[in-house]
Amino acid sequence: MSDTHAQTVAFVRETMLPEQPPPASEAGVIKWMRENLFKGWFNSILTILSLYFIFKIVTGAYPWFANGIWTTSSLAECREILDGATGACFSVLTERWNQLLFGFTYPPEAYWRPTLAFVLLIVAIAPVLYPKAPRQMLFFTGIYPFLAYWLIWGGTLLTPLMVLLGFVAGYFAFKQFERQSFAMGLVAGVIAAIVVIWAGGVVPASMPDVLAIQAIPSRDLGGFMLNMILGTVCVSLSLPLGILLALGRQSSMPIIKWICVIFIEFIRGVPLITLLFVANVVLAYFFPPDANIDLVLRVIIMITMFSAAYIAEVIRGGLAALPRGQYEAADSLGLDYAQSMRLIILPQALKISIPGIVNVAVGLFKDTTLVSVISMFDLVGMIRGPILASTEWNGVYWELWGFAVFVFFIVCFSISKYSQWLERQLATDHR
Amino acid sequence: MSTISDPPSGSFQLSMLINDTRYRSYTFQFIALILLILAFGYLGSNLLANLKAAGLNISYQFLGEPAGYDINQTLIPYTSQSTHWQASLVGVLNTLLVAFLGCLMATVIGVVVGVLRLSDNWLVRQLMSIYVEIFRNVPVLIWILIIMAVFIAVLPQPRDFRGEDAEASMVLGMFAFTGRGFYTPAPIFGVGSGFVVAVFLASIAGIFAFRNYAKKALYERGRLIPTFWPSVAIFFIPSILAYFILGRPISLEYPELKGFNFQGGIFMRNSLIALWFALSIYTAAFIAENVRAGILAVSKGQTEAAASLGLRPGRIMNLVVLPQALRVIIPPLISQYLNLTKNSSLAIAVGYMDLTGTLGGITLNQTGRAIEAIFLLMLFYLAISLAISAIMNVYNNAVKLKER
Amino acid sequence: MKKLAILGAMTAAGLSAGVASAATLDDVKARGKLNCGVTTGLVGFAAPNANGEWEGFDVGVCRAVAAAVLGDPTAVEFVPTTGKTRFTALASGEIDMLARNTTWTFSRDVDLGFEFVGINYYDGQGFMVPKELGVSSAKELDGATVCIQTGTTTELNLADFFRANNISYEPVPIETNAEAQPLYLEGACDVYTTDASGLAATRAAFENPGDHVVLPEIISKEPLGPLVRHGDNQWGDIVRWSLNALIAAEELGVTSANVAEMSAAAGSNPEINRLLGTEGTLGEMLGLEADWAVKAISAGGNYGELFEKNIGENTPIGLARGLNAQWTEGGLLYSPPFR
Repeated sequence: MSDTHAQTVAFVRETMLPEQPPPASEAGVIKWMRENLFKGWFNSILTILSLYFIFKIVTGAYPWFANGIWTTSSLAECREILDGATGACFSVLTERWNQLLFGFTYPPEAYWRPTLAFVLLIVAIAPVLYPKAPRQMLFFTGIYPFLAYWLIWGGTLLTPLMVLLGFVAGYFAFKQFERQSFAMGLVAGVIAAIVVIWAGGVVPASMPDVLAIQAIPSRDLGGFMLNMILGTVCVSLSLPLGILLALGRQSSMPIIKWICVIFIEFIRGVPLITLLFVANVVLAYFFPPDANIDLVLRVIIMITMFSAAYIAEVIRGGLAALPRGQYEAADSLGLDYAQSMRLIILPQALKISIPGIVNVAVGLFKDTTLVSVISMFDLVGMIRGPILASTEWNGVYWELWGFAVFVFFIVCFSISKYSQWLERQLATDHR
Repeated sequence: MSTISDPPSGSFQLSMLINDTRYRSYTFQFIALILLILAFGYLGSNLLANLKAAGLNISYQFLGEPAGYDINQTLIPYTSQSTHWQASLVGVLNTLLVAFLGCLMATVIGVVVGVLRLSDNWLVRQLMSIYVEIFRNVPVLIWILIIMAVFIAVLPQPRDFRGEDAEASMVLGMFAFTGRGFYTPAPIFGVGSGFVVAVFLASIAGIFAFRNYAKKALYERGRLIPTFWPSVAIFFIPSILAYFILGRPISLEYPELKGFNFQGGIFMRNSLIALWFALSIYTAAFIAENVRAGILAVSKGQTEAAASLGLRPGRIMNLVVLPQALRVIIPPLISQYLNLTKNSSLAIAVGYMDLTGTLGGITLNQTGRAIEAIFLLMLFYLAISLAISAIMNVYNNAVKLKER
Repeated sequence: MKKLAILGAMTAAGLSAGVASAATLDDVKARGKLNCGVTTGLVGFAAPNANGEWEGFDVGVCRAVAAAVLGDPTAVEFVPTTGKTRFTALASGEIDMLARNTTWTFSRDVDLGFEFVGINYYDGQGFMVPKELGVSSAKELDGATVCIQTGTTTELNLADFFRANNISYEPVPIETNAEAQPLYLEGACDVYTTDASGLAATRAAFENPGDHVVLPEIISKEPLGPLVRHGDNQWGDIVRWSLNALIAAEELGVTSANVAEMSAAAGSNPEINRLLGTEGTLGEMLGLEADWAVKAISAGGNYGELFEKNIGENTPIGLARGLNAQWTEGGLLYSPPFR
């Protein structure tokens, strides 16, 4: 090296050397792998263990899926076709598909009704879920509960129509008296609604066949449909109730405050299953003998109370998180309690509470499976009871439980992903 | 033109009950109270009427009557001749047992997963988030039933262990994993075993004393005494020495296949394990999220500040990050414990005899005393919840950021 | 506080005055449907078929009562109940009668305030074991794991039986028959115990019923029968005599095939005439129409027909009449006379 230098004129490079690519170990996949998979001996062991684990799962599960049989009518037949090979008998899902979705007593010719109700549900909650959806759709959202009731339970359309009419009357009465005071408006609205619903009750009773479709008693509901119904109904009912409870708990009126505190703490202190036992074996004693409140309704009452207590706590957190100044600002504008709550406090508090509310909703939806313990045939109840005990499908565990896991995962995971998305959308404080 | 003056006093009018904010709250409370009494009166009168119509009464006498049924897992002496009250106590203890085991295991798994979710290792991170998402988003009841199904369908039954070329065999000749549960050897304490146990306990106390001493030496004289290996030595050596010197007083009783079942050893029933595992892995997914959030909540500046002081990574974690993270982690952790305890009532789905299975299950069925049994059941869970909430409040006050 | 108590008491009193106990018969007639509590599913006794229609032996009793009261055997709302819910459902008025293989015991009759109107099946608790275990007597079950359905007299009998014979067992409590089945089949328990009829029904639903045997011991008396609430004697009478009509019809040779013909005109046997309403005013005394028994019998046939159709020897369940034969044939069925 020194020779060459000695013989030649000193050379001075005038241009920069072109950038060299980094060494192979510092670039691309290899670098990524080195930094993310094999950084240190501990990480390497973890990676190898994980890879082995994944390998085991994939090699175990792949033939099971790939050899899956979809068209037999019993387990014995399926095992015969498989002939000793590993493979799933997915035919239990295809053969019992309707039972898994709708339960085993819902009339098959009426399957389109809950299906339609489900599709419409997506339309109805779209404006609630997506702030950008056209506002006019909220009108449909308002009508939806009555429509869904009619579709699922059947009977004459007049029944939900009269109730809807009652609500509309209540709304107008509220608007009429709201100017005097919010409380007056509320009282007037409630009275108007009750009077109209009560008086209107005569109409469907006198004309039970107007726009009637086959009436289906609620004990015929079952399968995943029941989980969906319980989840949707209870969450939507418990939201207003939860807001009221949260406000009551924050209230300065001691009696109201203590009623709310005791209710919330009591409900949160006991497991849902005991509340379902109450619905199942005790609640009937608290109604008049001829009230005939069926099991699904009793369960809805108890689950709604349950989730209302949890939602109330979430909203209370939201209320507490609001800066004190917001309350004081509202007061200084001369707003009364109802106005300041409606216009200033609740919009902000609810926004803060959305992730918590969605968590409660997901938890509640998962908890609807507990009704299988009190012998209602929801998805889990169908699997545990009629399907696994049937002569044809005795012992098909993985396919059925895998299906249940899959269904619940899809629903709950998408809800929680949605909540994260919404949280980002609503983050207006530019942190 | 008038400045603000006191509202006119003295002339009280009825309309002020609605329009005057000073009195309005009384009106509202009064209305609420009336409504509450009406509601309770209505429900109560219905209850009385229904009970009268059915010829029933409310009575807790059944608690003193013989239960008449057997329970398969009893932590206190119990026979079918014991009273319903004792059956309920057995249930309470079984509830507490599974809740305790569940909380323990859920914490361990949850902390490990939570830390691994923040690991540098991409693959591990992904696996852990898949675990968390899958377990959080599927009802715990399904997990309980799935693990029970594993027991029923996958594991061999005792009868498979029988015969010359049995389908299944015991692991190491000591453990039998059967569809009815796990059988493990049980220690038998012979003469002198009390001394070995005492030595063992003393050596644990010794470890703490040694560590305290080492800490003191470090803080006061700046002398760094290694603690890990001496601790291990203190843990093992005295006990092992005592064990052999006293002529091995503690022996193991191995489970053996006799008749229909394995006999001897410790038997952990399938329902207990299914419930325990399912509650643990389900709750661990939530705890992992809490742990992750807690660690992330400690601002990076804290770590950097500690590093700039020259602390080693292990100490940064122990002395700076964890104490701050714990303040964030513990409250949700305790409410997860509470959830786990409440979820343990799902035992009824796999036939584990917790309180819901005894008092709220068989006792209720046998005596037909639904109202009384469910009332007691709720009272018990309420008591546990309130106790845990009280602990949480005490803790929260203790670790509250002392702002000066 | 005292004021509150008085106020509450007043409200309670005022409201309870409005709750009058209406007769069950009027309720059923007004509703046009009979609410009948049955099991959540036990093949042969009460289980929904592939079309979701309930059928079985207990269901037959419900249909007979509905036919007698309302004239329509399909005017029944079947309410599935578990061991836990059945008594509350009846006591709270959710169901009008319970036909759910329920054992008639002293405490249920007296303490729980129900009225058993008769016995439609004489049963006893038995044991079922897989053949391969080679067990031939229940006394050889020392140390066995036993699956029991909770909420029944079964677990009490079981505890008594094992205690009396001084042998041990491991109870595995199960809520419903459907959940017990996989546990037993996969070997998580050695023995399944319940009423012998239930064992036969469960075994019939197995893929290979021949692999399982029912042990000869019957360890208890289990008289199963329909029950109603205490206090409404008229309704109790209706259910009781509907059941008796079915039993008497078999004894007298009245079947669903010949009942129409026999009731067309009074025949030579006065008891048949009284039963079928062509003579006397028995129906009127019950508060029903004269041909109430005709309707009850034509709903699903007489007792023997119901038995043969649902659980008899030609069905998969294959139960022999045994104790449930007419007294004239050495059984225990003995309907009081219709006069």
